Amino acid sequence: MNRLLFEKTGKAIYISHLDTMAMFPRIFLRAGLQIKFTQGMSPHAYVSMALPLSVGMSSQCELLDFTLEEEGVALETLPERLNPYFPAGIRVLEAYDSSEKVKNLRYLHVNTRLEYDNGASDQCLEAIRGLFDRETILIEKKTKKGMAETDIRPMISSMGVSRISPQELELSAVVCAQNPSLNPQYLVKAIERYLPEYTPDFSKAHRLEIYDENMRVFR
Amino acid sequence: MTDLINRILPRVQKPARYTGGEYNEIIKDKSQVELRVAFCFPDTYEIGMSNLGMRILYGIMNRMEGVWCERMFAPWGDMEEEMRKHNLPLWALESHDPMEDFDLIAFSIGYEMAYSNVLNMLELGHIPLLAKDRGETLRHMVFAGGTSTYNCEPMADFLDFAVIGEGEDLNVEVLECYRSAKRRGLTRKEFLLEVCKIPGVYVPSLYEHTYNEDGTIRDIIPLEGAPETVVKRIVQNMDKAFFPTDTIVPSTQIVHDRTVLEIFRGCIRGCRFCQAGFCYRPVRPKSPERLYELAVKSLENSGYDEITLSSLSTSDYKKLPEFADKMLDYCVPRGINLSLPSLRADNFSVELMEKVQKVRKSGLTFAPEAGTQRLRDAINKNVTEEDILRSCATAFAGGWNKVKLYFMLGLPTETDEDVLGIADLANKVWRVWRENSPNRARGVTITISTAFFVPKNGTPFQWEAQITPEEYLRRCKLLKDNLKGKSIVYNYHQSDLSMLEAVLCRGDRKLCKVLLKAHENGCKMDGWTDYFSMEKWMDAFESCGVDPKWYAQRERGKDERFPWETVSIGIPRKFFWREREAAYRSEITPDCRKQCTGCGANLLYQGGPCDE
Repeated sequence: MNRLLFEKTGKAIYISHLDTMAMFPRIFLRAGLQIKFTQGMSPHAYVSMALPLSVGMSSQCELLDFTLEEEGVALETLPERLNPYFPAGIRVLEAYDSSEKVKNLRYLHVNTRLEYDNGASDQCLEAIRGLFDRETILIEKKTKKGMAETDIRPMISSMGVSRISPQELELSAVVCAQNPSLNPQYLVKAIERYLPEYTPDFSKAHRLEIYDENMRVFR
Repeated sequence: MTDLINRILPRVQKPARYTGGEYNEIIKDKSQVELRVAFCFPDTYEIGMSNLGMRILYGIMNRMEGVWCERMFAPWGDMEEEMRKHNLPLWALESHDPMEDFDLIAFSIGYEMAYSNVLNMLELGHIPLLAKDRGETLRHMVFAGGTSTYNCEPMADFLDFAVIGEGEDLNVEVLECYRSAKRRGLTRKEFLLEVCKIPGVYVPSLYEHTYNEDGTIRDIIPLEGAPETVVKRIVQNMDKAFFPTDTIVPSTQIVHDRTVLEIFRGCIRGCRFCQAGFCYRPVRPKSPERLYELAVKSLENSGYDEITLSSLSTSDYKKLPEFADKMLDYCVPRGINLSLPSLRADNFSVELMEKVQKVRKSGLTFAPEAGTQRLRDAINKNVTEEDILRSCATAFAGGWNKVKLYFMLGLPTETDEDVLGIADLANKVWRVWRENSPNRARGVTITISTAFFVPKNGTPFQWEAQITPEEYLRRCKLLKDNLKGKSIVYNYHQSDLSMLEAVLCRGDRKLCKVLLKAHENGCKMDGWTDYFSMEKWMDAFESCGVDPKWYAQRERGKDERFPWETVSIGIPRKFFWREREAAYRSEITPDCRKQCTGCGANLLYQGGPCDE
């Protein structure tokens, strides 16, 4: 299996997961590279992405699996060959062979920027720190059977809260990536629920790194 | 801190359509740019980016030194709400600069129902809606092109000028004229007096329209040396014409998400209801060699896995068999789909479809347009029942089990017998399926769609009355009651929208105030059922004291002056009248290849002759 590590930032954060999947086969063709097709009734170029990225979230650790049709292509040349053909904001960082199964991907390091238009007080910072020190953090989650309460605390492996500017704080969290996974939006939802007075005016999340269950970087 | 646009984007549906940044988007250094053009498409991104004309002109304008042409589209309702709430003006996708920063604001209007969006976009861009309110200077010059501008009288108060016909050469001339005016510091009026001298430019404010007591046009008076007639412009050499092989590839799915290859312009057929068939004359093909080169370049550049051949009637491309084979040789080994829309209902077409759709047999679409041979002859739709049934038989035998048949209701001279003829044809198609299908257990779907006929300017039916919406719906019901069996599905178009289209497409300047009022009432996105509101439109007509029936349902006298007659598509009125009379005798006019019908469009074509 061939694998790409790529980043998705800037204008590209608004491109949906499905649109990103549809884009990659075209990028390969632009670069003059064929990738293997699926079999079946409606054959199409096969690509697969590890963890779907929500619209609006940026990342520097996205993985894409594919198989080049042609053998003997030096994979390390791929970033250079592919990068001229992306829309603004997407860039391949590495290309390599990998036998690491995506199911072994376990943790995600994600930073969430909290923006307070009228300033973020030190009390706010402390209160948020306190919140994530709790034993349980219940949030309401939509399930098939309607709304249900879920404890997200066990899915947070580590959490740091720091100040970036007088108006910005940052949550730096390592969370479960799969089975179950924690969408970083729920970290902000928890603030909304427990500390409504410290609900940020805007928040945005950025994926920094992915790990296996032993906290080794996953590639 | 995150700026306003980026705070709003995560909250709206499909935000990627508002960001720009796509592959092949053109970004220029503002310090090197002398002229900024906001190229506006009055519909959503998904529709606008599917428009080939827009892509051609974007490429052509951006090839000009010192000119930066950027794109603007109509925002969907959720985004518009956010923009209004936060007073965020409409921005260009490339630079994210607001409309106010642009010299020229160009609209491509292909459809009358986009008029309300033009006004809405100007308002969202903070540009005065009325041309007379835009001041003395050159800034914010609003102009439009596209099929609707063959009669842009309902938009006369809002446009500074219109560009008539094909824009490849004309837009460049207009931009150079503006650039020179800007350098010389001309006023708006001085510029309009200069630009109206360019063939194909129509400046509505330089024509005075006077009316008879019954509301019809008495006279159209050109002012200050404006030309009496503005004749549409055409491309003289299709093989040498610019074609965008390095065009923008959207990062989100659009309607036509594939390479579009225009194979020829114009149509040899002369169907009497069809505005496109006359407006895009004369017929000018591209050579198969040039097409192949463009196809390969476009596919390689975009990475698309599908290409569609575009024209008004693909089967009429003379070298289609060889060209399709050559394309298949390129496409098949690469897993690229070749799609061939607008094929005629003949056996050659079905065989071709079998060749190109080896794997997926999606569906076949035929447009007989009318239910009886008499009426098909009257509208000059030269397709016979035998053609249709034979094509269906071949298709069913080849494994297809979905057929769509398109018709119109309310065609001139139509009777109930013609309506029932549609049901009859549908039933015959079903029988043909029974007789030819290799696998009857799979069943068949025969979809019958009827549109409400809109008499259009620039056609032999420009004098006709449209039937009333009530009568249209009666005919729909009559047809519905006579369609038997669950294999036959019936869809029909909304009647209100088609009536409004009939009002606007042959409208005059008295409709400008109705449009303004409709806009104030909140009319927008009229082509979308999510938004279209006949109540809002009817309120606008009533409060302006304008009767829409007078426009839609009134037969025009033979010599009645038309509001749009300053603009010429190159086909004289007497040709259309002759064709109209032939329609009433149910006499067909042969296609251009059998015999030149003398429509006059060839006179526009110095590079001619047509069709070669």
